[in-house]
Amino acid sequence: MSVLYIVLPLALLVVAAAVAAFVWATRHGQFDDLDTPAVRMLHDDTERKR
Amino acid sequence: MGISRAEPLPYAEITSPHVVERTACVHCGLDVPSGAFQPDAAQQFCCAGCRTAYAILHEHGLDRYYDFAEQRGAPVRVTGRSYEEFDHPAFHELYVRTRVDGLSEVELYLEGVHCASCVWLVERVPLIVRGVASTELEIRRSMARVIWDQSAVPLSVVARRLESLGYPPHPFRGVARDAIRRREDRAMLVRIGVAGAIAVNTMLAALALYSGWLGGMEHEYERFFRWISFALVTPALLWPGRVFFSSAIAALRARSLHMDVPIALALGAGYVQGAINTVRDNGPVYFDGLAMLTFLLLVGRYLQQRGQRAAADSAELLYSLTPSTARVVDIDGGIRELPPQALVPGMIIDVRAGESFGADGVVVSGRTQIDSSLLTGESRPVTAGEGERVFAGTVNIAAPIRVQVEESGETSRVAKIMRQVEESSRRRAPVVATANRLAGYFVGAVLVLAAITFVAWWFVDSARAVDNAIALLIVTCPCALALSTPLAVSVAIGRAARAGVFVKGGDALEQLATPGRLVLDKTGTITEARTALVAWDGPDWVKPLVLALEEGSSHPIAAAFRAAWPNVDTTPARDSVHGIGGGIEGRVDGRCVVVGSPRFVHARARGDARVIDVSLTPVLVAVDGEIVAAAGIGDPVRADAADSIARLESSGWSIAILSGDAPSVVRAVGECVGVDADSCTGGASPETKLETIEAARARGPVVMVGDGINDAAAIAAASVGVGVHGGAEACLASADVYLTKPGLSTLVQLTEGAARTMRVIRRNLAFSLIYNLIGAALAMRGQLTPLVAAILMPASSLTVVIASWRSRTFDEVPT
Repeated sequence: MSVLYIVLPLALLVVAAAVAAFVWATRHGQFDDLDTPAVRMLHDDTERKR
Repeated sequence: MGISRAEPLPYAEITSPHVVERTACVHCGLDVPSGAFQPDAAQQFCCAGCRTAYAILHEHGLDRYYDFAEQRGAPVRVTGRSYEEFDHPAFHELYVRTRVDGLSEVELYLEGVHCASCVWLVERVPLIVRGVASTELEIRRSMARVIWDQSAVPLSVVARRLESLGYPPHPFRGVARDAIRRREDRAMLVRIGVAGAIAVNTMLAALALYSGWLGGMEHEYERFFRWISFALVTPALLWPGRVFFSSAIAALRARSLHMDVPIALALGAGYVQGAINTVRDNGPVYFDGLAMLTFLLLVGRYLQQRGQRAAADSAELLYSLTPSTARVVDIDGGIRELPPQALVPGMIIDVRAGESFGADGVVVSGRTQIDSSLLTGESRPVTAGEGERVFAGTVNIAAPIRVQVEESGETSRVAKIMRQVEESSRRRAPVVATANRLAGYFVGAVLVLAAITFVAWWFVDSARAVDNAIALLIVTCPCALALSTPLAVSVAIGRAARAGVFVKGGDALEQLATPGRLVLDKTGTITEARTALVAWDGPDWVKPLVLALEEGSSHPIAAAFRAAWPNVDTTPARDSVHGIGGGIEGRVDGRCVVVGSPRFVHARARGDARVIDVSLTPVLVAVDGEIVAAAGIGDPVRADAADSIARLESSGWSIAILSGDAPSVVRAVGECVGVDADSCTGGASPETKLETIEAARARGPVVMVGDGINDAAAIAAASVGVGVHGGAEACLASADVYLTKPGLSTLVQLTEGAARTMRVIRRNLAFSLIYNLIGAALAMRGQLTPLVAAILMPASSLTVVIASWRSRTFDEVPT
């Protein structure tokens, strides 16, 4: 059972990483508009220049 | 024809206009009118706008647009504006931002956006216009963010292209406010994410602890899990949970109580006791409950904010549609478009019929009629000629005129009224929501119960006295109570928005739930705010003669005649002359016809003037020197007004009319819709309206419904201000509720929906109080374990969430 002392902090580190990723995504506007991207992915963008 | 009918003919061979009626426009999919059909063309278009849009797409290899299943379903409307004002420095200062990479960025509200194909098309503008780096469309709000190189292409070119594709752009006026909101939204979302992650992980640790009680756990590990929970919950309270503490402290500083006070009390007490028990390594800890509580409360708050934002946003987007351009006449006679903010006294502006004035000024050439109903509430058009003053916010309805600007922007009359609006909304006392009114009693009751628990247990088992008192504080944390109102309100606001009612705040719903005084504006609210033929006293054979004479006139009275008799055939009139002073005369079928004001007609014909309702503008008709008919022109009462008012009155509202129009007109309208003459006030200036509402507020809650700038101050001062369809921007800005559908039946829907919402809130409050009573009873008896608390608290919140979600507050009202 003493493996808990290693595994649990490790699990918490993973959680911390996930939270950090979420915070990054939010601050970079990934959740600002939830409707348009769903529509945009339906068009393939072969003719797009960039 | 000798051709076999077995095969359908290709379009090019069909020549008869009767066969082609069902041809669909290539661009928008609507039927091509026979007049627009071109026999030898491969593609058919319903209008020039669609043809242009197709040509642009085809030229840039964007034909794939037509592969999408959805079609426009509306022709491309072309206004032919030059969008010159989009290049003016004043415009840029207001709306355009310069990015770090040297490009410029602007947010434009696009008309006509409706589906996925629109996103595709708008985002391909960079391929069509050289110099545009990117266009991104947010479909929910129809907002496009355009990033372009100012040195390569002026914004007006981009705007003209957007228009020719069928999306007329308008500058979005709330960019600064939008940025603040976006920051707030993101911060809130981050808090929810952090609180959620912590809550779930604390629950996992708690699960280990609870199963340890059943299966037996070595004390060493139990201590480890308690410390882990402690370590997890600390950041949850310090970061996301801080909002509750700071808001509770702010409330206490202001010597008031609201829901955050008991929440902060429970969170704080639970955390401190848990920390002590963890260090002491003895006694219960409630960390999982606390983390869950923080998370749920933040979610509730976020939902509430989002619902209100969506409604406020939609109302604000409507402002963008108000005119943003003025045409300035240069010394050399050239005309250029400028934003109204760039007007300075002395400039001459050109105002066409149907446009509103961008500034106060004096007419220098031309003669027209002005609809000032939005500014003064007066329904009859006023004549304005050279040397007379016109005001910003009024609409030129008859003929093009030129105006020398005297006051613009901040010093115009509209701006002065707007300042009054701001002042009266600042003065208005905030409405205390029911839940927050309860908070005071709640805190008192909880503290008394906790004290009783502590004292009672002190005598029974002094070691458990503190733990039990604190358990009571935690379990009675008004989580469900705090969620009940915001959830019910945000669900109601969302449903209302779908029904065409934009509610900007929950307190408005609460106020509208209890019937009280309801003050209605007349022009534009009860009536349609347009000129129409309301009464006609004369034989039918006169009608074609009148129509023939009025045929080519753009005067509103002519339009009223045309709208009233759409199916009367006419023969063209000859030698028709517009007389100055209100009339028109000419020859129709060899007969001399005169139509005009009584003075104008009496000067040219004999006969008695028939008296039509005094509230209407009289128009007489004379044929061959004899007066034969009289018409009453007025502002027609909305079809649903009388029914709606009767329905409101039967549910307990006392209705009054407050208008800037002449008292006789107001009384006549009041009689028509069933409002006592005593409750009808006419001739009220914006200032009088404001005073009346403020005086009425001193006696109790007042709801003010209106549409004009003249109502804006009164709307802002009322307990609840309601702006109606087609209202002025100032009125939209100050109203708490905005009705997007014409007519008063939406008002009925609003009050009934508000009453239903309040019932849901009360039911929610009852639910959560019952849960709290159970929890309190268990805690006082010392039977509340952390496990029971962890089940009881989310269960109560869940009940409230489900009950709110299933409530049917703003569904279609059965009629």
